[in-house]
Parts: sequence; C-alpha cells; structure tokens
Amino acid sequence: MVSRRVECSKQLAAIAAKLRVDVMEMVFRVQTGHLGGSLSAAEILTTLYYHQLNVDPNNPDWPDRDRFVLGKGHAAPALYVVLADLGFFPREELKSLRQINCMLQGHPDMRKTPGVEMSTGSLGHGLSAAIGMALAARLDGKHYHVWALLGDGELDEGQIWEAAAYASFSGLTNLTAIVDFNRVQLDGPTDCILCMDPVADKWRSFGWNVVEADGHCVDSLLKAYEEALAVTERTGKPSVILAHTVKGKGVSFMEGQAAWHGGVPNAQQYEQAMKELTQQLELRGDCGCSR
Amino acid sequence: MAEMIATRSAYGKALVSLGARRNDVVVLDADLSKSTMTAEFAKAFPDRFVQMGISEQDMMATAAGLAAAGKVAYASTFAVFAAGRAFEQVRNSVCYPQLDVKVCATHAGLTVGDDGGSHQAIEDIALMRVLPNMKVFVPSDATVTEWIVKQAAEVPGPVYVRLGRLPVPVLYQPDQRFEVGRAATLRNGNDVAIIACGLMVSKALEAADILIAQGIEARVIDMFSIKPLDLEAIACAAADCGAIVTAEEHSIIGGLGGAVAEAVTSAGKCVPVERIGVADKFGKSGKPDQLLEAYGLTAESVAQAALRCIARARGM
Repeated sequence: MVSRRVECSKQLAAIAAKLRVDVMEMVFRVQTGHLGGSLSAAEILTTLYYHQLNVDPNNPDWPDRDRFVLGKGHAAPALYVVLADLGFFPREELKSLRQINCMLQGHPDMRKTPGVEMSTGSLGHGLSAAIGMALAARLDGKHYHVWALLGDGELDEGQIWEAAAYASFSGLTNLTAIVDFNRVQLDGPTDCILCMDPVADKWRSFGWNVVEADGHCVDSLLKAYEEALAVTERTGKPSVILAHTVKGKGVSFMEGQAAWHGGVPNAQQYEQAMKELTQQLELRGDCGCSR
Repeated sequence: MAEMIATRSAYGKALVSLGARRNDVVVLDADLSKSTMTAEFAKAFPDRFVQMGISEQDMMATAAGLAAAGKVAYASTFAVFAAGRAFEQVRNSVCYPQLDVKVCATHAGLTVGDDGGSHQAIEDIALMRVLPNMKVFVPSDATVTEWIVKQAAEVPGPVYVRLGRLPVPVLYQPDQRFEVGRAATLRNGNDVAIIACGLMVSKALEAADILIAQGIEARVIDMFSIKPLDLEAIACAAADCGAIVTAEEHSIIGGLGGAVAEAVTSAGKCVPVERIGVADKFGKSGKPDQLLEAYGLTAESVAQAALRCIARARGM
C-alpha cells in the first residue's frame, strides 16, 4: 500500500512528535503502560510505518504485506498509536489500553489487535518469529520484507543470539532487525545491569551487517533502512540497524531514567511532560506537505 | 506376536506422506533429525525442512513465525527439550497466539534408556496439558501415531504429540477409526478399568490377561487423547467398573493419572483411582526394560494396582 508513503522527513518528524503526545495522553489516562521504551521508539516506528512498510490498514491480512514484529513488546503503546492513526482500528480504542475486555492488551496480541503481526512481550522471541516469517516468504516465493524491532536490554536474552546465528547462516535477505539502543533497561543503565558492548562487533561476529543510525533523526533512519537493504542484497547477509536513542525521549525528566521504563506520571508530571511534548510538536509543526 | 514399531518411526513415515499431500507443511528440528525421524521428511522435501541447530527455544518461536505466515509447522526434538527447555516459547509464542505449531516430541519417558534421567522426560504431559489452546496426544502404537500426525494438520492451533524411542506392539488395524477427544476401548470388562496411554497400553492389555486368570474382567482404555480428554469414557468407567487404574510412562503427578483423577472428582464419582507411573522421581540410566521394571511400570504392577483398587472399592 505505497500510496500512504510519506517522503518528507519534516512531516515524519512531526508525526513522531504527535505520536509522543498521544502515547503520553493514553498512558496517563489509564495510569499503566511503558512510556520510556515507547518514547525512544517514536521515530523508528514512524519511519517504518509511514515510509518503509508496505502494509494496508484496510486489508491487514493482505498476504504480500511487509511484516513488522515488535520484539520489545512493552513498547506496545507507541505501536498502538501508529496503528490507530493509520486506521487499523478506531482511535477510540486507545482510551481503553490495558483495561478489562479491551482490544489493546498490555503487550501486543495478534489475535485481538488488527495490524499486530505477532504476539510478543516475552523478550527474545520476536527475532525468531520474524525469522519464521522470512522463511515462509522465501518458501512461497513472496517478496515481502520482515522487520523486527528489538530492545537493547532484550539482547541479554540468549535466544536472540540463537536466532542471530541462524538468520545469517541461512542467508536470510528478507529480514532486517533494528535495535532501539537506548542503553537503559528496567533495573538501570545497561552498563550496570548487563553490558553487551561491543554490540556492533557481536552482531558482526554472528554474520550480520551492522548499520548505525541516530534513532531520533528521521533522515538518519531513512538512510539506514536504504543502506541496510542495499548491503543485505549485496552481501547476502541480514542487516541490523543500531538505532541510538534516548529512553523517555522528549520529556526532560524521563530521559535516560530507568524509573520511567514502566513508571507513569502523576498529574503534575503529566502537565510538565505534555508541555514539553506539545512544544516539540509545534516546533516540528506543519512542513507544508499534504499527507 | 504383534509387529513392533516405535511411534517415532511411525511419525517419520507419516510426515512424509503428509508432506506429499500438503504443501503448507514444514518441519523443524534441532539437530536430532536422525533420532526424531524427521530426517525422512528432510530427505523427501529438503526445501520444507528447517534445520535449526541445537536451539530449541529459537526453533519453537521460528515455528510460530512460520505458522503466523500461513504454514503448518511441525517442530521436533526430544520431549525433555520440547516441553522443558522451550516451555515458555511454546507458551507465549505458540499457545497464547493459537498458532499452527505441532510439537512432536520423541524420546519421552524412561525408555530413552541409557542416556539417563537428564534425557528422560517424565513431566512433559503435565507441562503441555496445562497450557490453554494446547491439545495433547500420547499415541500407543504406530497406527494411532500415523493418524494423529496427519490429524494434527487438520486440527487448528497448537498440538503436542508425545512419541517414544522404543519399538512397541502394533495394537490397531490400519483401517481403525479414531476421533480427537474419544478414547479407544481395547477390551471390555466391568470389574476394573485400566486407563492407559503410550507404551503402557500394551502393558495394560497384558495386565488384563493376568487378571482374567483370576476371574477379573478388566476394561482397557487407550486414552491417547489426553487433551481434550474423553470425560464420557472416564465417567462410564467409574460407573460401570467402580475402580480405575491409570498407567503412564510419566510422573504420577499431573499426567494422565492426574487428568483422570480430576475428571473422576469433577464427575462426582466416588471411586478409587490407583495411579501407575513414575513416583515423583527422576529416571536413570539402564536398559528400557530394566527401567520399566525398576520404576514399577510393568503388567504385573498394573495388575496388582487393579487388585488393590478393587479391594478399596469393596471397602468403600
């Protein structure tokens, strides 16, 4: 569904800024949900869904669509805002995030939410599932591409490295992984909990191409996607994009703070957060392109 | 003397015939294909065989991804790894999203033999039957194995099939009809019911022979469908016989015995249930027959349990 593809990077940045506002509003309303990792993934999800992925909100099960697997399933709020905005389901649903009998579960549920490709949340599963989808595409001679977004904390999981070894060994060229590299996990900075540095070298040694990007710069991400796909085609090896991000990005008192992995703001904090986020939205503003 | 075929061998053969019939069937294995017998499928359909290497967790979630993209994925390894090592992948990536992954686990139970307790899954039925959306089958012979392996592709959602290493007697004719959730009654009798699964079904038949010499007519039920369980067969057994023995190559906790005991109490039947199985112990190295003897998984011990059970019923 290429028609929705947004080319203007200013416009993509504005969409990401709006996504942050929506995520904050949604999580504050229900007083539950993971903000830190949702805010860090805003530009990644925006560039993927509004520019890169070939998906059709009116036909979510279209067999030739690109697949996106949210390995770091706790960033569900950000994914839900994107899917609602694209029209996979009514925006009204955002109000009942994590509530009894709701469509939007605490972590993505492919059986409940249109547009969710895989039920995730237990860290380490997503890359393997994405590999399964990529294998299916290869078997069926289909040309869709599979994208998996992983957290850098998620790289602690051994299964990630089982999957990484398998993907490169089997020469999967229809698969790209992105790491939301925000350097903070639930219990604290990754440097203190389980530092996986040098992360790029680890992926390279597992047979992957590594592309680095500024995960909050739309142009940097778009360039990284292009480069990742090109280098994969050239080398026959899958690519991983290390998207350097800031956890809680956009809210001064949340940035880089592990406490905001799963923390929710009180009324005063919310007011401050919304002030900052709406300011950024106004700054990014209207680029003049028509969506 | 009945023909002896291991259920894992029947599985390998059934997969090949299923693969010929259905293009959407893919098979994954974690470096045990020569033992699980998926090597036969690999040879026949190399494009649809996924060799994952020794990474069971990755294998289960990869199978889930294949299923999410429209495939029917058969994932095989030893039962101890399928149900144990990869439990959480089976739970969250297969059962929670109700994906078409058919976990076919071989080398279940003590009869793995020499490899010892580390490799003898005695808890996999319990682990798999507790999972919502999962169906659990423990075939007793080659015929029912072949049926269930093919049936699994037709049944939507996750399936667990428990297979053995050891050749076991063929109990059914090739044209025997089976049904999901419906036990097969192999022998009629109203003095005691022996409800068994897997290789203990043939032991139960031997036990019935022992009992008949003492004038006791035992009903022998092959409960190959552990989930869904044949509640009607259990309720009838309780009502008709008044005494139930369960027999399985699995822990007496949480497996067939547990499931039957749950069903009996749920049905409000006040009948004694004697459970033959592994008595909350790990296995150990040894020849399969020695192990079955050492852990009390013999026709004699099933027959003795039947006598105990009948005595208990009379005392009630």
